[in-house]
Amino acid sequence: MLELEGVYAGYKDLRVLWGISLRVGEGELVALVGPNGAGKTTTLRIISGLLKPTAGSVRFYGCSLDREPPHRIVEMGISQVPEGGRIFTGMSVEENLELGAFTARARREKEQRMKWVYQLFPRLEERKNQRAGTLSGGERQMLAIGRALMAQPRLLLLDEPSFGLAPILVEQMFEMIQEINQQDVAVLLVEQNVRAALELAQRAYVIENGRIVGEGSGDALLSFESVRSAYLG
Amino acid sequence: MPTTVAQSLVSGILVGALYGLAAVGLSLVFGVTKILNVAHGELLMLGGYASFWLFTLLGVDPFGGIPLSMFALVLIGLIMYQLFFSRLIKLPTEDKIRNSLLIGFGLGLILQNIALRLWTADNRGITTAYAGATFTVLGVRLPYVRVASLVIAFVFLLALQLFLRRTYIGKAIRATAQDWEAATLMGINVHGIYRLSFVLGAALAGAAGTLVAVGYSVEPVMGMHWTLKSLIVLVMGGIGSIAGTLVGGLILGVTESAAAIWISNYRHVIGLAIFILVLLIRPQGLFGAKEG
Repeated sequence: MLELEGVYAGYKDLRVLWGISLRVGEGELVALVGPNGAGKTTTLRIISGLLKPTAGSVRFYGCSLDREPPHRIVEMGISQVPEGGRIFTGMSVEENLELGAFTARARREKEQRMKWVYQLFPRLEERKNQRAGTLSGGERQMLAIGRALMAQPRLLLLDEPSFGLAPILVEQMFEMIQEINQQDVAVLLVEQNVRAALELAQRAYVIENGRIVGEGSGDALLSFESVRSAYLG
Repeated sequence: MPTTVAQSLVSGILVGALYGLAAVGLSLVFGVTKILNVAHGELLMLGGYASFWLFTLLGVDPFGGIPLSMFALVLIGLIMYQLFFSRLIKLPTEDKIRNSLLIGFGLGLILQNIALRLWTADNRGITTAYAGATFTVLGVRLPYVRVASLVIAFVFLLALQLFLRRTYIGKAIRATAQDWEAATLMGINVHGIYRLSFVLGAALAGAAGTLVAVGYSVEPVMGMHWTLKSLIVLVMGGIGSIAGTLVGGLILGVTESAAAIWISNYRHVIGLAIFILVLLIRPQGLFGAKEG
């Protein structure tokens, strides 16, 4: 469903991506792992249209995303949970979720969708009238994911969903991601927590210095020598 | 003496509500787009002239004509935004503020001079049949038009508050103000939201200008005065708080009037003194919410 081919991108004089190619199939859970500064977040920004490639192409169901503004890309079915969640702290939990369903397509089924999100994250329903800024770190992350799901994405991009969470919450978070994926939502997961990401993902890419240096099933990469020595110690 | 004090307090409240309404447009635009439009006072001036001419040439009642002068300002605001400010919108916040100051000062001067050419430097008021009518409460004289203006200013602020709190678009505006990139990721067309906010700010200036013209007077050079008052109120009230803006406006109006009793030559200095004090002591504004 999603295909990146030979994508180059960067900021001003700094080139970050050097010809990235990757794809995510319908309903797949794909991980993108690599060290800090390798270009993981930049790759997600490219897919969401926040940054445009200088060369190469991004396609979603065969349609080029190169000229689409970011809000159109959400409408087409790609939602991103940015690093740190970036929830609207000054608004209530429920308002955050409502905003997630801003697109015309999502707004029609807002009510059912919200029920589903509350089922996934009962904590959010308990706190729905609370200001989002008062939530704990784990709850904020849940809200960020719930908010992205409100847009009814076909593909969910997750940027470091486990970052800053206590170990026990990290485990819950990964279970949650799996559950979402089982609801027929494809997931592209960017993670620092390489072992957990590779265990969860059906396929994974390893990115270094803006280039894809490894690709395979999660299990295969887990036993891949360079990955082991670099990330798993 | 007590009546004099009460009279000036009331005058302060009446003008303060207009300060609040003038400032809320500036505050909305700045809060959402990070454009500091120092030509906001000139927009208000144009709103005042719009209702003056509507009344003088066509006999349109200034209160009834508020929607018309707002509509005129929607068009002017739209042109201003598309031609000038929209070019800044992708810059980093600090550059946006700096550049918008330059553009705003320039536009302010241009609009002021156009108004001078077209309509002379004369100070003009709208003289409706009810213009001079007053009623008296406990010895304090209240002009009908100014009291009506106060009520209308309240209604506008309340309506804006409801719009921003309750409607989908209003929530999108607030979301964009807080984190435009996250708003984009919700599928919100933030450039559309920027344009809408700017135009809404201009429309509010149009309404405020009408109320100023009907309760006081208009002249081409009034813009800077109102921009300055709006900036003081904006700093006092804190960005993003409509209630804060209203209270800030009232405080400024009342303090100025009170100062006028004792130190009439320095009434405008008082506002600036408050401005500096607030910046020193509480830079997020008296009512500004803290981040978090």
